[in-house]
Amino acid sequence: MRHDHVLTAKQFSREAIEAVLDRAAEFADGTREPRHADALLGLLFFEPSTRTKMSFETAAKRLGGDTIDMGAVDSSSVTKGESLADTVRVIEGYADALVLRHPKQGSAKMASEFVSIPVINAGDGAGHHPTQTLLDLYTIQENAGLDDLSIGVMGDLKYGRTVHSLAHALTNFDTTQHFISPESLALPPEVRYDLDEAGTPVEEHTELEFVLPDLDVLYVTRIQRERFPDENEYRAVASEYGIDLGTLAEAKSDLSIMHPLPRVDEIDPAIDETPHATYFEQAHNGVPVRMALLDMLL
Amino acid sequence: MTDSNSDNIDTDADHQLRVSKIQDGTVIDHVTGGQALTVLTILGIDGSGGEAVSIGMNVPSDRMGEKDIVKVEGRELSQEEVDVLSLVAPDATINIVREYDVIEKHRVERPTEVVGVFSCPNANCITTEREPVESRFSVLDDGVRCAYCGTLVREEFAAHIGGK
Ligand SMILES: [Zn+2]
Repeated sequence: MRHDHVLTAKQFSREAIEAVLDRAAEFADGTREPRHADALLGLLFFEPSTRTKMSFETAAKRLGGDTIDMGAVDSSSVTKGESLADTVRVIEGYADALVLRHPKQGSAKMASEFVSIPVINAGDGAGHHPTQTLLDLYTIQENAGLDDLSIGVMGDLKYGRTVHSLAHALTNFDTTQHFISPESLALPPEVRYDLDEAGTPVEEHTELEFVLPDLDVLYVTRIQRERFPDENEYRAVASEYGIDLGTLAEAKSDLSIMHPLPRVDEIDPAIDETPHATYFEQAHNGVPVRMALLDMLL
Repeated sequence: MTDSNSDNIDTDADHQLRVSKIQDGTVIDHVTGGQALTVLTILGIDGSGGEAVSIGMNVPSDRMGEKDIVKVEGRELSQEEVDVLSLVAPDATINIVREYDVIEKHRVERPTEVVGVFSCPNANCITTEREPVESRFSVLDDGVRCAYCGTLVREEFAAHIGGK
């Protein structure tokens, strides 16, 4: 595969996903040597994200390339009112590819229309986060396999861009997707529309209990305080959609629990020591997966 | 031959004077009843351009029950301009008039994409920001969808018309 831009997980075919995951596996086990790409990656993060940014930096440097960083938004020209379209056209002259995180949906797509170097969407508001999806898929493949899979995705499904991107990508595989959330945070109609168009089996639930025994993977996401008008309502929902050892009594013994991190209270730390916990491995997988992607793009 | 530019409008058993004939311009006939003003809004015609515009609303029609008619003097609308009307008036017919004669007659065709007509209802969409980008919606069977943020708009297009 050779994509000019990586904007949404919707653009991924099964073949493209497998090509990235295969190459990521080669980087992970050392069978593929970095080719010392003499490339400079421009990091434009209009929202704070230590994790994703460091993961991209690590990947670029392990490939033998380097990064340039716009820095914090409040120290950049953005505060002077410069448009995103102008910003990316300037950075285009410095870097070989752009990694963009921006609070507005569609920002990466728009940016891609103004530059001729690859744009990688590292999160556009509640929209998409396709590189997170690739590392999620890699993690699922390593632990449960991507076909004949029953996955439950729980938490904030409305605003969770990692959820939206993963849902799109999984339509390429023989997967049943269960979505577990309070009604106020259910999957947006746009995502449900795409899943129905793709003909993928989808079930929506408000409780984990009944579906848990069927799951091979449980993907937990954080429910954010600011989604709720008052503290009590938030606390009630957050505890209902959190998991601890007791919750897992009915789970398959080889259930993988994933989380895009950072977590707050939704996964009890006691689970960290069980074989179910896959979330730190998942975070680490970001490096070989992003190495593979950059290696293909640059 | 039907002639939407005549005062005896079409075959709709309508022999009353509804809307005056125009000399040169465009007659948009068989507009879904009540949608005439939306049609003008979509076309960006608000009278400020100086063109003479006449509107018939809820005119009895054999085929449609009630229909609207819009006549714009001095402007020949292109197929591309009128195709977007199919979203609010799928049965509309377009008559191009020169010297009081209909010289061209065609139907609106559903476009695959609509650019710069609707503004995205999602306040978090990049197209609603001060960026040099026009709104862009792909046309689905049952609505339109923002090409940037993916938001679906299934009805009430009129509420989203305008600017970016
Ligand atoms: Zn939009």
